[in-house]
Amino acid sequence: MHNSPAPTASASASAEAHETDPATATVLELRGITAGYERHRPVVRDASLTLAAGEAVGLLGPSGCGKSTLARVAALLHRPSAGRLLLDGTPVTRWRHRAPRAQRTAFGVVLQQPRLAADPRLTLAALITEPLRATGRRPEAPARLAELTPLVGLTPDLLTRRPHEVSDGQLQRACLARALCLRPRVLVCDEMTAMLDASTTAALVAAVESYRAETGAALLAVGHDAVLLDRWCDRVLPWQAVTAAA
Amino acid sequence: MTCERPETSATGGRPDVLAPLPVAWRSHGPRQRSWRTLRVRTSAVLTAAVVLAVLLVPPLVQLDQQAVDLAAKLRQPSWSHPFGTDDVGRDLLLRCVYGLRVSLFVGVAAALVAAVVGTAVGALAGALGGWVDRVAMRVVDALASVPHLLLGVFVVALFRPGVWPVLLSVAATHWLSTARIVRAEVLSLRGRPFVDAAISGGASRWRIAVRHLVPAVLPQAGLAAVLSVPHAMWHESALSFLGLGLPAHMASLGNLIEGARGSLLAGQWWPTLFPGLFLIVPTLAVAGLAGAWRDRIDPRRRSELML
Repeated sequence: MHNSPAPTASASASAEAHETDPATATVLELRGITAGYERHRPVVRDASLTLAAGEAVGLLGPSGCGKSTLARVAALLHRPSAGRLLLDGTPVTRWRHRAPRAQRTAFGVVLQQPRLAADPRLTLAALITEPLRATGRRPEAPARLAELTPLVGLTPDLLTRRPHEVSDGQLQRACLARALCLRPRVLVCDEMTAMLDASTTAALVAAVESYRAETGAALLAVGHDAVLLDRWCDRVLPWQAVTAAA
Repeated sequence: MTCERPETSATGGRPDVLAPLPVAWRSHGPRQRSWRTLRVRTSAVLTAAVVLAVLLVPPLVQLDQQAVDLAAKLRQPSWSHPFGTDDVGRDLLLRCVYGLRVSLFVGVAAALVAAVVGTAVGALAGALGGWVDRVAMRVVDALASVPHLLLGVFVVALFRPGVWPVLLSVAATHWLSTARIVRAEVLSLRGRPFVDAAISGGASRWRIAVRHLVPAVLPQAGLAAVLSVPHAMWHESALSFLGLGLPAHMASLGNLIEGARGSLLAGQWWPTLFPGLFLIVPTLAVAGLAGAWRDRIDPRRRSELML
């Protein structure tokens, strides 16, 4: 939180400075995002955020402030009513199903409640490899599953179970594995560890970090645990800084 | 020291707090439970008997349901004719079984067609949303605003009498409620986080519908289909009773009841009573089974009923 006074200003300035350098180029840029669920009642007003390649940014805010909505916008899952979103410098114009598959799958999304984020009819193995099946890459599924399960700390006997037969922590591990399945370039973790105990939190964060170390993916971690985000992320943006900086 | 005393007394009092409360509102009494299983068992036995009779009697019993015996017309129920005979001396038991066969076939087939159409329309409307949803639901509203017997009569009147027009008419008027149920289910599922996760995983709309949404609504749609079987049977009988359904020579329950109208006024009760029972008992049995199934898949409703 050392750079909280003008985080976006400095971030975008540094992004402009490094635009020619692919290693630190801006992957994701949100400018003046206004979003909500009812007309004329925005939940997020004028939020701006930049994410450089390989950077881990924490978004810190109290409950109900709209940070999850902003995370959904950032992952192309919610169409904002105003503002621009640039992915690799290209403006995104379509959202949800309408977004091109390559743009959608650039994001790996882990949500707060694994129970709601998992289709109750799929086994954990099917759940984790569903993105590969959905994108027509079914033959790669067994190999990818074998890579992902040790990474997130799942044992093979859990893979044949359905979501109601595993614990929240185990299910969240599976959800993380699913998010990593297509090797996303940006990970969006929306309160990923809010419901979990300290050891599971540590394991999940370690899994995310080892994936990032391997692939250089950027991370947008949303949460209200300042200590965790401070330890986890390169920079932590308080909610006021995100919304006021536009 | 002084603060420890209340703590120990609190822990000492804890078993009392945790002891099961003497509240009996969750348990339904043995009487109700036995009635429940009795209802389910009776329904199951009756449904099985009806299905077996309908499937086995025509191939196994070498009797002609059309055989006219004018010397034995309008006989009262007896050992040789357990349900009596009709006004041209045909055996009513055999006619009833054949009639039930036609009614059950039309009912089941129409309910299946209606369930498939209703699920498809409801799932499309719910999954696509936007103008597709609006148009589909206005069509459903428009069709539902017409009394569906009237609509059924209209559909039947377009064709020559036969099984298929009746089936089409009953199916065309019964998919509406299934479509509404499925659409509502899909709408509630569409906003769930696992759909977000699937979108982020690159799934197309079609993939999400086929993999995540339709399997989730299938129990509801199947239940709606089973519940509409009795309804469809009643409609088939109503159309036949009005003389618009199956041709008069085919034994259907509606035709049998319609043909018995004249003799009822003359005091002959059996040609009306037995086809009527053959219509009521199987429909109640199927509805009873469907009700038990609904209680199973929707425990919340069951618990509300218990209260």
